[in-house]
Amino acid sequence: MSFRGKVAAVGTGLAGIGEAPGLTQIDLTVIAAKQALDEAGLGFGDVDGLFAANLQNIFAPLNVGEYLGIRPKLSEGTQIGGSSPVAHLIWAALALDAGLIDTALICYGSTQRTVAGKLLSPSTSEPLIYEQPFGPRYPISSYALNASRHMYEYGTTREQLASVAISARQWAAKNPDAFMRGPLSVDDVLGARMVADPLTVRDCCLVTDGAGAVVLTRSDRARDLVKKPVYLLGAAMAHWHRQISQMPDLTVTCASETGPRAFEMAKLGPADMDVLELYDAFTINTIMFLEDLGFFAKGEAAGFIAEGGIAPGGSLPVNTNGGGLSCVHPGMYGIFTVIEAIQQIRSQCGERQIDGAKTAVSHGNGGHFSSQVTAIWGDGETL
Amino acid sequence: MNHPLPEGPDARYAEHLAAGRLCVQRCKGCERHIFYPRLLCPHCHGEDLDWVGVSGKGTVYATTVIRRRPEQGPPYNLCLVELDEGFRMPSRVEGVEPETVRVGMAVTARITQQDGADIVVFDPS
Repeated sequence: MSFRGKVAAVGTGLAGIGEAPGLTQIDLTVIAAKQALDEAGLGFGDVDGLFAANLQNIFAPLNVGEYLGIRPKLSEGTQIGGSSPVAHLIWAALALDAGLIDTALICYGSTQRTVAGKLLSPSTSEPLIYEQPFGPRYPISSYALNASRHMYEYGTTREQLASVAISARQWAAKNPDAFMRGPLSVDDVLGARMVADPLTVRDCCLVTDGAGAVVLTRSDRARDLVKKPVYLLGAAMAHWHRQISQMPDLTVTCASETGPRAFEMAKLGPADMDVLELYDAFTINTIMFLEDLGFFAKGEAAGFIAEGGIAPGGSLPVNTNGGGLSCVHPGMYGIFTVIEAIQQIRSQCGERQIDGAKTAVSHGNGGHFSSQVTAIWGDGETL
Repeated sequence: MNHPLPEGPDARYAEHLAAGRLCVQRCKGCERHIFYPRLLCPHCHGEDLDWVGVSGKGTVYATTVIRRRPEQGPPYNLCLVELDEGFRMPSRVEGVEPETVRVGMAVTARITQQDGADIVVFDPS
């Protein structure tokens, strides 16, 4: 089964990146959705497939659909953590290709910063009874355990972890939407407040508000709507565990499976990718995803990052919007990996634009390195 | 016909701990130990599981120190221990400063009480 090139993104929207006082998460979601539909020359009445999941309401598709006054033929709200909106691409592609729907709206929004002021974690409503007695601070403590193991097995250093945050910040400095754009040094990261060793607060994603939306349609129709559709060339998802104590190997995520499967569908490989958008909830994520997706052998990504390889001017542009570390992280970051990938291929990224970007990876992560979803995008030349 | 119900595996595990025994399940099919307790083997999906005592000997597989504001209390250790029988448990190492717990450290299990429940913590071996 392949849906290579069958569907394309025709619009993206962003709203409330940073802080959005006075608005609800559905308000923000709808603003982003309107922008995405406008870009495609479509209206809310055209949306017959609605894809939404978030941490603030469990009936997300019902709430968004009701607010908009639309009557979707198909809705999807599977919650597998921050990767969910990336996973929704798969279901949207299948439903579009099968002719069940004609226009898919994938949307996400959160007011985590103004409402909660901290990372929202579903684990508070879903106790993990064998971990809870030991006082985990989800999700940070889980990723700290991964980092400790990666340091033990591969000699990864705190300075190398810090270089992930610095690379993200250098990209954020080129993105007027990014929440944190000021200079950041290795010493700043290492000297920041320790949260869960070896991760300081600057190894951790932001706590922001924000919303994003993507509109997809079948490729033949996409070409009638916009000058430059961005084609979904491949996508794959996997999950191997829920809680960190059940992760088979703390240094290997199931991105090691979703990467190869997505690339196989795309008939492309890591060397063909122009820009990468990887879910960087914590600095260790970027390192492990570059390894697991096949860009580096195990243990070899961190040194490359420390030498500036993924920062502006480096040979492998990663998280060009500034990522979850410096641009936006409203609870679930997945949709922003999708939006930035699409906008790079559509050459909409201003100062941070990668010249001639024709291909991109969006990689979503959910839970505690639990669910992984990889999507490969390309312009018309890649079909 | 409605399926007859077995004893809940979480309760069985807790009963063993209350009696001072660290017991986990072992699959008769693939002979692997299982933690946390459940109704089938996650490795081979066999349903024939024994409760067996384990040595309590293991090594720290991954570790962190949870930092708090001073008024919330001192930092504490959170770790994953790999038992010699090949399964992992979330826990903490007690009796040493949390910062000194290292991946690879040899540790031994001890049953203790916390908030009215029996839990398994580890001491350096």
